[in-house]
Amino acid sequence: MRLRQGQFSFLPDLTDDDIRVQAQYAIDNGWAVSVEYTDDPHPRNSYWEMWGHPMFDNRDAAAAVYEVNECRKQHGSKYIRVLAFDATHGWESIRMSFIVNRPAEEPGFRVVRQEGEGRQIRYTIESYAVREPEGARYA
Amino acid sequence: MLDNAKTVTDAKKRYSAGVMKYAQMGYWEPDYTPKDTDIIALFRITPQDGVDEVEAAAAVAGESSTATWTVVWTDRLTACDKYRAKAYRVDPVPNSQGEFFAYIAYDHDLFEPGSIANLTASIIGNVFGFKPLKALRLEDMRLPVAYVKTFQGPATGIVVERERLNAYGRPLLGATVKPKLGLSGRNYGRVVYEALKGGLDFTKDDENINSQPFMHWRDRFLYCMEAVNRASAATGEVKGTYLNVTAGTMEEMYARAEFAKSLGSVVIMIDLVIGYTAIQSMAKWARDNDMILHLHRAGHSTYTRQRSHGVSFRVIAKWMRLAGVDHLHAGTVVGKLEGDPATTKGYYDIFREEYNPMALENGIFFDQDWASLNKMMPVASGGIHAGQMHQLLTYLGEDVVLQFGGGTIGHPHGIEAGATANRVALEAMVFARNAGRDIWNEGEDILRDAARTCTPLKQALDTWKDVTFDYASTDAPDFAPTPEVSM
Repeated sequence: MRLRQGQFSFLPDLTDDDIRVQAQYAIDNGWAVSVEYTDDPHPRNSYWEMWGHPMFDNRDAAAAVYEVNECRKQHGSKYIRVLAFDATHGWESIRMSFIVNRPAEEPGFRVVRQEGEGRQIRYTIESYAVREPEGARYA
Repeated sequence: MLDNAKTVTDAKKRYSAGVMKYAQMGYWEPDYTPKDTDIIALFRITPQDGVDEVEAAAAVAGESSTATWTVVWTDRLTACDKYRAKAYRVDPVPNSQGEFFAYIAYDHDLFEPGSIANLTASIIGNVFGFKPLKALRLEDMRLPVAYVKTFQGPATGIVVERERLNAYGRPLLGATVKPKLGLSGRNYGRVVYEALKGGLDFTKDDENINSQPFMHWRDRFLYCMEAVNRASAATGEVKGTYLNVTAGTMEEMYARAEFAKSLGSVVIMIDLVIGYTAIQSMAKWARDNDMILHLHRAGHSTYTRQRSHGVSFRVIAKWMRLAGVDHLHAGTVVGKLEGDPATTKGYYDIFREEYNPMALENGIFFDQDWASLNKMMPVASGGIHAGQMHQLLTYLGEDVVLQFGGGTIGHPHGIEAGATANRVALEAMVFARNAGRDIWNEGEDILRDAARTCTPLKQALDTWKDVTFDYASTDAPDFAPTPEVSM
């Protein structure tokens, strides 16, 4: 399967130049670009690992692309995403999020059903990858 | 102007039994400066022939506050000067013979805190049937911060909705399951599964899907949640389907909402026709239960569409933001339902901004401070398709749910293909906009390029390439972008 999270997961994989252009859009809007990675892509895993802090004072998207590539050197077999944080009052949250790196194989998720009374089912979604311990997934 | 429009100040004359002009009773105060804490209503009034516009405005002020048709001595037991609504300004409507804009200020002590029912009982109560008027329309309201702060506001709000869905930086995508009536629960869930798996964030019950012989509500909820979870696993995304809990009683709506919660749904839905108090109750329930609350504006066109009589949708939008819904349909501009671009922009600003400055060209007559109330997500639904993506993004912006019902389910190669076409078109257009391209003019090229690697999008563009809905709007602003009347 292909993980569809983020703004551009239905488009072909982004090139470094694509990443730069999108990061520059964030910077030009006054948003801080950040890089994060994970080997647990559950849709409700809010907290991917931070590759450093959001780049609050950076005006040049080339620096964001540089950080993506540095992150790839260590975590190239995992998911990496670029985020943009907007500190404006009334938003103070994420404005952009897109995946820039994927594992070679994406095993996807399984639905676990717990049958209850009255036809009710309690659903859990589990990534096949997390059956392995952290660090040993997607290797 | 009426020469006997002056308030009678001699108390003996003012309160002697009998009938008196509303203007003379004190409901017309041309020198009045509204207080920051006043609620202001702007009415479009069409007086009967021979009825003076100032007296008509005073009558509206009177009938929507303290007055009755005759003088009553019991006024003198109250601080009646404070409680009288005050018509303070009457302007002719540009290019509309016989119509006038009447500005009326109400002291905030006239209204119960946190109750849309109470507000509307005064402002759109008896007064709309008042004989001296041919027609009456509530065009806009200014709600003071002190009053706004007595309401909960949207249960979730745009920002938290996005955080819960893990979906940022693009419009959300939805589709209403069609046909709207007749599918069994099992077949209905099939549509939900295909659409969500194909790339939509949401599917939606239609306004009149409640619990009918062909599909009872529990059956629908159970099959829909199977579909939602399967699609979530297939894509790794959070998915939702608006489970319509509209029912005949509050008890039944609460029961359906609780069942939706127990199944893990992120969103429920109600219809506008359940009434203001029921909406506020469901908004409170939604806040207490971490639920996104979708409101379908079923019925609104019975009173919002005609320019001379009723209530403008911008006022309904303001009331719904106070009442506390998260999603509300607000027009598409380009689709099959009413909505010209300038008026629709006014609605969207009311939904999404923290502060609305006066913008006559968008039908917004007052500055409005929303006092950090959450933002509402507008929903664009009705006759839209992937080929309009550049227009939709330009007109409606990023914080909107674009709902393609026929434009998903009617795809020649199936529902999943239809959903994928919409999602690819959307992502390609957002990408191009961010990259600085002129999407308004290059939109069709951008879509064609994206279709090269996405066959479903190519098929969608070929199928619907010539579909437009180009009719004159019945409800357009009265003022051009540079108004000539001084305001």
